[in-house]
Amino acid sequence: MTNIETIKLLTWLIPLPPILAFFLIVLFTNKNKALSHTIAVGAAFLSFLGSMGVFLYALGVEHFGEHPIESSVPWLPLGKSVDTYFRIGVLVDPTTAAILFFVAITIFMIFLYSVGYQNFGQPKGDHDHKGLPPHGATVEEHGHKHAVPSVEPMYSRFFAFLGLFAFGMYVLVLSDNLLTFFVGWEIMGLCSYLLIGFWYAKPSARDAAVKAFMTTRIGDVFMLLGIAYLYYATGTLSFRQIFTEQVLHTLATVPSGFLGFSAAGLIGLLLFIGTIGKSAQFPLHVWLPDAMEGPTPVSAMIHAATMVSAGVYAVVRMFPLLSLDPRTLTIVAFIGAFTALFAATIAVAQNDIKRVLAYSTISQLGFMIAALGIGAYVAAVFHLITHAFFKALLFLGSGSVIHGMEHGVLHTGNHEVDPQDMFNMGGLRQKMPITFWTFLIGGFALSGFPIITAGFWSKDEIFADAFGNGHILVFITLAAAAFLTAFYTMRQITLTFFGEPRTKAAEHAQETPWTMTAPLVILSIFAIAYGWVGIPEDFMGLHLQPSWLHEFVGGTLAEHPEVVAFSWVPFLTSLVVALGGLYLGWVTYRNVNSPAEDRLQIPLLKNKYYFDEFYDRVFVKPAYWFAENVVYKFIDQGIIDGILHIFGPATQGLGAFIRNNFDLPVINRFFGDGSADVTYWFGGKLRAVQTGRIQQYLMFALVIFIAIGAVLYFFLLA
Amino acid sequence: MVPISWYLIFAALLFSMGLFGVLSRRNAVAILLGIELMLNAVNINLAAFWRYGDVAQMAGQVFAIIVFAVAAAEVAVGLALVISVYRRRNTVVADEIDMMKW
Repeated sequence: MTNIETIKLLTWLIPLPPILAFFLIVLFTNKNKALSHTIAVGAAFLSFLGSMGVFLYALGVEHFGEHPIESSVPWLPLGKSVDTYFRIGVLVDPTTAAILFFVAITIFMIFLYSVGYQNFGQPKGDHDHKGLPPHGATVEEHGHKHAVPSVEPMYSRFFAFLGLFAFGMYVLVLSDNLLTFFVGWEIMGLCSYLLIGFWYAKPSARDAAVKAFMTTRIGDVFMLLGIAYLYYATGTLSFRQIFTEQVLHTLATVPSGFLGFSAAGLIGLLLFIGTIGKSAQFPLHVWLPDAMEGPTPVSAMIHAATMVSAGVYAVVRMFPLLSLDPRTLTIVAFIGAFTALFAATIAVAQNDIKRVLAYSTISQLGFMIAALGIGAYVAAVFHLITHAFFKALLFLGSGSVIHGMEHGVLHTGNHEVDPQDMFNMGGLRQKMPITFWTFLIGGFALSGFPIITAGFWSKDEIFADAFGNGHILVFITLAAAAFLTAFYTMRQITLTFFGEPRTKAAEHAQETPWTMTAPLVILSIFAIAYGWVGIPEDFMGLHLQPSWLHEFVGGTLAEHPEVVAFSWVPFLTSLVVALGGLYLGWVTYRNVNSPAEDRLQIPLLKNKYYFDEFYDRVFVKPAYWFAENVVYKFIDQGIIDGILHIFGPATQGLGAFIRNNFDLPVINRFFGDGSADVTYWFGGKLRAVQTGRIQQYLMFALVIFIAIGAVLYFFLLA
Repeated sequence: MVPISWYLIFAALLFSMGLFGVLSRRNAVAILLGIELMLNAVNINLAAFWRYGDVAQMAGQVFAIIVFAVAAAEVAVGLALVISVYRRRNTVVADEIDMMKW
């Protein structure tokens, strides 16, 4: 086998280990916790190795964008002619390779982290139930009892779900066509539902799971419509076949008959609505903060590494199509920029450590979407990757903080203290040094701390593109969002780690085990170093190496995107908003000890602009009303039951009629009783023949014999 | 040679006499005798047809002998039944032996 064939085979094999792990755990090893997590982490590691192999190969190929790894097999006969098949396969172009790189790393890290987060190695809980977070166990040590965290009761199930989730992501990333892409997309939708509702005995987790599923479903339906329209318009769903000049030209010129959009514009819009749902963009953002009900590795997985990135990845993938219609791009840019600012303002007033990060994620995804909307393809991919690293780091770090706090809560025995509320923390930098430093790195990367962190470079590139291409409105909106980002990030870090412990639980918080801190350290390295691959060539007028990322990822597109010339305005802007936001956050919150002292706890922001209430009034309540009054009372009870109530008596009447007029007189009287009567009557008449006299019988026999003989003679011989 | 029709006519007469006896006699023993006559009329026919047909074929004679055997057995059983009936009902008149009616 040649080298390229091996790589193709390897690409095919990447998604397999996680799905195998899923089935193995579900079917065989779910009783054994250690074996289950070994299988799952091992599978994640195999996929990681495979992905790295493919990534390294991709790095070594000149002009990889023109010679991507592609391999497909005939799958579904289309019936047009004998050899027309719908082909499915894998496609790794430079963008895919870059995304595969971070997906593989973050997935592997999250798997490893889950081992510690779900308290492997801890004793069984005293009164733990399946479907509830573990409550802790009592152990006796040195003669006195004390409480320690207990192992998750459904430990194996968690890893099985993670495996399925990872499979979905790999399928999505590696697909060469929209159909299998959508399959991966939906697998992740299912898994996010299962994982958010992992502690299903908590009503809030249940509601959050349903909410996430329903909300993303709205987007998915539109996306499926888009896919169907695309297939109808082009007859293919393969990326490589769609992104040919001819097909794109056709799509751009054919009118769709909808508000004057071209076919490409409408398809792009429909696919983008799918992204709005999946990447939690305004107005379908409401599910993501509630998704925090899931265990923390799930939050990281959903929010950083996989699902929400998948939404952006969908836009990245379909970018050649989307960019055909300027109006679609304008909508994309508007939604992205608006979401970025809107979510950032909400994040400022949240007190739950994970919720802040959730809104931050929505905001950062808005950055990427906005970047794509203004045509900054490379910048969007760059920010997607760096964001995945530092946001996974932050989520895992927040999980580590919560875990440490839970330890403190168990130690003090005061279960009133919410281990996720930042106002219950404070001073954790001494208790949890590794978590503190890694969280600080992640937070600075998120804020875009200049020069060192990855977040600075990727955000700066978005600013540069927005400014350089004249999208001033988007530029200003994003700058404001970036300022708020730095502000709430510093608020979070200050409240969590600096100052003095505000509760007993925080005083007794403890650093988490190595399976949790090791991923933090590894991810923090990427959160810094990954930014260096995208340093622009003429940064600050210096003549550096050409940006590797720009060269590599830009090669995906048929027309290599232009490098935006360096300009001081966006550079200084990102410098000012990052440092200004961080400083202001520090100054404002270093002496704040309770929500009452926090002047930004405005009800409007605190309640997320009342979006949940609004949707509840406008969609949920009317839906209930509709279900109760129209569907149940009117349609079901009135019409359906009404019709059924006609059928019941009608058939009964018909039955009675048949019985009285046919069964009883005809069948019973005539055939039933009648035939018996006739037979009885004949019997009575004929019994006289049976005289018992042998000679009479013989006479009968003779007479009949002669008669039959005469008849036979007459007919046969005459 | 005597024509076959003579034998056949003789056998028919004999058969008719037997039949008349069976139908008209009241005594059960006499009815049995009539049956014997009818059987022997058949035997005459069988022998005649053998003689005037293919002499090499023995079927006619064999049938006649089988009929003798059956007739002997039949008379033995029939007379036994008659004696049994006579012992129970003190009569051998066929018309009076009518328990087997409806």
